[in-house]
Amino acid sequence: MERFAELLDRLVLTPSRNGKLRLLIDYFRNVEDPDRGLALAAIAGDLTIAAVKPAMLRALVAERVDPLLFGYSYDYVGDLAETVSLIWPASPNTKADRPLSLAEVVERLQKASRSDAPKIIAGLLDQGSIPARFAITKLVTGGLRIGVSARLAKQALADLGSMAISEIEELWHGLNQPYTELFAWLEGRAPKPQSRAKALFRPVMLANPIGDGDLEKLDPAEYAAEWKWDGIRVQAVCEGDLRRLYSRTGDDVSGAFPDLADAMDFEGALDGELLVGSPSATGTFSDLQQRLNRKSVSDAMLKRYPAFMRCYDLLQAGGEDLRALPFLERRARLANFVDTLNPSRFDLSPLVAFDDWHQLEAKRSGPPHPIIEGVMLKRWDSPYLPGRPKGPWFKWKRDPHTIDAVLIYAQRGHGKRSSFYSDYTFGVWSGPEGAEELVPVGKAYFGFTDEELRQIDKYVRDNTVERFGPVRSVRADRDSGLVLEIAFDGLARSTRHKSGVAMRFPRISRLRWDKPAAEADRLETLKALLDE
Amino acid sequence: MSHAGASLSGRLPIRPQIPILQAMRASDLLCSRPEGLYCPPGDFFIDPVRPVARALITHGHSDHARAGHGAVLATRETLDIMALRYGEGFAGMMQAATFGETIMVNGVAVRFHPAGHVLGSAQIAVERNGLRIVASGDYKRQPDSTCQAFEPIACDVFITEATFGLPVFRHPPAHEEIARLLKSVAQFPERTHLVGAYALGKAQRVMRLLRDAGHDRPIRIHGALAKLSDYYVSQGIDLGALQPATVDDADRADFAGSIVIGPPAAFSDRWARRFADPLSCFASGWMRIRQRARQGGVELPLIISDHADWDELTATIRQTGAAEIWVTHGREEALVRWCELEGISARPLHLVGYEDEGD
Ligand SMILES: [Zn+2]
Ligand SMILES: [Zn+2]
Repeated sequence: MERFAELLDRLVLTPSRNGKLRLLIDYFRNVEDPDRGLALAAIAGDLTIAAVKPAMLRALVAERVDPLLFGYSYDYVGDLAETVSLIWPASPNTKADRPLSLAEVVERLQKASRSDAPKIIAGLLDQGSIPARFAITKLVTGGLRIGVSARLAKQALADLGSMAISEIEELWHGLNQPYTELFAWLEGRAPKPQSRAKALFRPVMLANPIGDGDLEKLDPAEYAAEWKWDGIRVQAVCEGDLRRLYSRTGDDVSGAFPDLADAMDFEGALDGELLVGSPSATGTFSDLQQRLNRKSVSDAMLKRYPAFMRCYDLLQAGGEDLRALPFLERRARLANFVDTLNPSRFDLSPLVAFDDWHQLEAKRSGPPHPIIEGVMLKRWDSPYLPGRPKGPWFKWKRDPHTIDAVLIYAQRGHGKRSSFYSDYTFGVWSGPEGAEELVPVGKAYFGFTDEELRQIDKYVRDNTVERFGPVRSVRADRDSGLVLEIAFDGLARSTRHKSGVAMRFPRISRLRWDKPAAEADRLETLKALLDE
Repeated sequence: MSHAGASLSGRLPIRPQIPILQAMRASDLLCSRPEGLYCPPGDFFIDPVRPVARALITHGHSDHARAGHGAVLATRETLDIMALRYGEGFAGMMQAATFGETIMVNGVAVRFHPAGHVLGSAQIAVERNGLRIVASGDYKRQPDSTCQAFEPIACDVFITEATFGLPVFRHPPAHEEIARLLKSVAQFPERTHLVGAYALGKAQRVMRLLRDAGHDRPIRIHGALAKLSDYYVSQGIDLGALQPATVDDADRADFAGSIVIGPPAAFSDRWARRFADPLSCFASGWMRIRQRARQGGVELPLIISDHADWDELTATIRQTGAAEIWVTHGREEALVRWCELEGISARPLHLVGYEDEGD
C-alpha cells in the first residue's frame, strides 16, 4: 500500500508526461503481482470496490477526534480525504505487524457490504500508515484525480514490454484483473495472453493530412477517394452473443447508442462512421450533437435522432481476419457484407470517382452534404494498419480555415451568460515529439448553442485545474482535454502573441467530444496557412 | 515513531508544586510587551523583535535573533551565528551561556537548556521565588545529529511554540524522506534535484542526513549557504564534500544527477534556471499538506522539519508537568483546545513579529 500511495503522490505532482511514464513503468517493474495489477486497474478507473460518501468518512472521524480540532484542521487542509488520513489517531490495539498490501485492502473493500463498509474502512485506516490511509480514503470516495488517463497507463505498459501501444489496446478488453498474464508477457516470461474474451477492439487506422506538395508526388491511379464524414469514428464488433460498439480509442460506447447496437447482428468487425438520421437522409452535425454526451437516451431521442453506421472497412468476417488484405479486396468484401445488414442502420460509404487531382479538388470543394468535411485518399493496395502510418491514407479537408484546438482557459461571461464559463482560450500543440505543449492561439466566445454552452460549462467545472479570479484553467494535456474545432476568416503574423499568429474572427464551429486531445492540430499546421 | 533523543513517553520526576499565587504570579515574572517577552524583575527580554537594552536569545534564526541590542546573552554557537549574519558588532555586549549553568540576572536565575532545533538552539528557564517558567523557543524531538537533543525541563509554566500546532501535522522520520529523495535521484538520473532548505539548520541537517544515508557524492550548494555550512563544519559536524553551485553553461550537464541545495527564495529567480531539467524538492514541515506543495510547484515534497509536530508538542507539554501552558508562535487555538480537553490550563501568548524562517 505504501508504494501505491507514494506512486499516487508523485504522479499528482509530476507535470511532465514522460516523468509520469517513468514513475508508472518503474512501479510496474518493481512491484509484484497482484498489487501492481490492482494499481493498474485503479489508475485505469476499472477497479470496483465499496464506495462511500464523504459524509460517512466525516462520521467515522467524528467518533475519534474532537470536532473543534477536526474543524481547525479541515479548514486548514481543505481536502477531506487528506485531513482524515492525517488526523486519524494511531490505534493502540490494532498494531499492524506487517504493512498492508494493496491486494489485502482491495479484497476487504470488495467483500464489504453496504452495512459493514464503515467498520471495514475504519479497520483499514487503523491499520494503515498516513500515506496508506490517504490512498484508502481516495479509493473509497472514488476518483484518484492523479492526472493519469487509462491511455497513459497503457502507454507505460507498452514501454515496459517494448511493444506498440496498439498491442495493449487490442488485448485490453480481454484481460482480467489483476493482469498477471499481461505482466508475465510484458516481462518476456510467458506468451502473449490468448484472447479468451470475445468481440475485442482492433486498433484503428488513421490518415495523415495532405500537406503542401504532397499531391504532386502521388499517382491518382493508385488511390481510391471517399467522402470524409464528420460523425464519430466507430468500430462495430460482434462475436458469438457479444456485441460491442467501440470508439476509436477503444472505449465501449454501446450504452450511448443502444439503437445501433441492437441492429448489430453479424459475425465480424466493421470500421465506419456513426451518423444520425438514416442512410437515405443523413442528419447534420447538430443533429448528431443531440446524441452526444448524454448519460441516458430517451425513447423520443431514439426516434428523432436514430443512429446508423456508414461503413468504411471490414476488418473481420466470421472467423477470418481481413486486415492484411489490400484495401481493394477488403472494399469488395465490405460491399457484400453490408448488403446482408439492416439497411436502415448500415450503409456503404460511397467512393468518389475521379481521374486527376483537379477533378477531385472540384468535388472536394462542393460536397453533396454539409456533414462532409473533405475527402479521404486510400491506396488501393494498403493493408489495414494500426495507428497513423505515413503514406497509405490521407485526409484532405474541405475548409482550410478550420483547425482543431484544445480548450485551455475558460472565463465567466457577461450579462445573461455571467453564470457560465463562456469565453474560451484555446491552443494547439507545439514543441518536439514527446514534449509537446499547448500554445494559446486565440479566444472565442460564440459559435455554440445554449445547450452546448451548458455542456462546456459543466466540463470546465469538472476539469478545473486552477482558478484565477473569473478565469479557470482547464485540464489539457496529451491524454485529456476538450477539442474545439475553430473556424476563422484569416490569419496574420503577430509579435504580440507567443504563438506568432493571430486569428481573425475565430469561432467555435464544432465541439469534438470524440476527439483525443493529442490529435488536435499543431502550430506548424496553423503557420502553414500564413503563406497562403 | 521512534526518537533517539529523550523519550517522549513518561513524565519527568514530579516537582513539588508551589502554589503560584503564594510565591509570585507567573505574569509578574514574564509578560508580553510590544518588543517581545519581558521579565520585569530581571529587566530583560527573550527573543525581542526590536532593539532592547538586554536580550536573551534562544537561537540564531532571524525572527528570534536581531541585531542592535545593548547586551545579548545566548549560547556560544548562537552568538557566533549572529556574528556571521550581522557582523561582529551586532550588539554592544555579548555573554555566552553554557547549557545547564545558572546565571543570575538582577536576582532572577536564568538557565539555558538544549532545544534540538538548530545548532546552538536553547530553551530558557527563568526562575524566581520558586516559580519556574521555561520558554522553549523553537524546538523539535526528532533526532538531529547537527545539534544537541531537546531536554525536557520540569516547570510550572511552559511556553511552547506552535508552528505545527494542528493535529494534521505529523512529521515522518526524516531518514525516510531522505530515502525518497535518493530514490528519485536514482529514478531520474538525468535531472538535477534542487532541494529548497532554509540556510540555517535545515540545509545542514539535510546534508548530514544524506551522508548518513550513504550519499557520498559532492553536494552542490547555493552561495547563501556557504558561510553557515562552513561554520557547522568548524564545530565538528562533518558535511562531506560541498561544492558551489555556480558554474557557467559549459558545465550545465555536470549537474545532471546531482543534488543542489539552496534557500527556497532562490528557486524562483534566475539561479535555478541554470540546471539541467531541475526537479524541485522542498524540505519543510509544510510539505505535509499537498496543497502547499502544489502551490509552490514542488515536484518532490520532503517532510523534514526542525519544529515539533503535533504529537511531539502534546507529548512535551505532558512531560514538563507544567500546570500552565502559554502557546505562541503559530497555531495557538488548536493547542489551547487540546490542553483544555486534557484539563491543563492554557492560553495563547500573543507575541508579534515571528515568521517561520526555520521551516
Ligand atoms: Zn521561530
Ligand atoms: Zn527557529
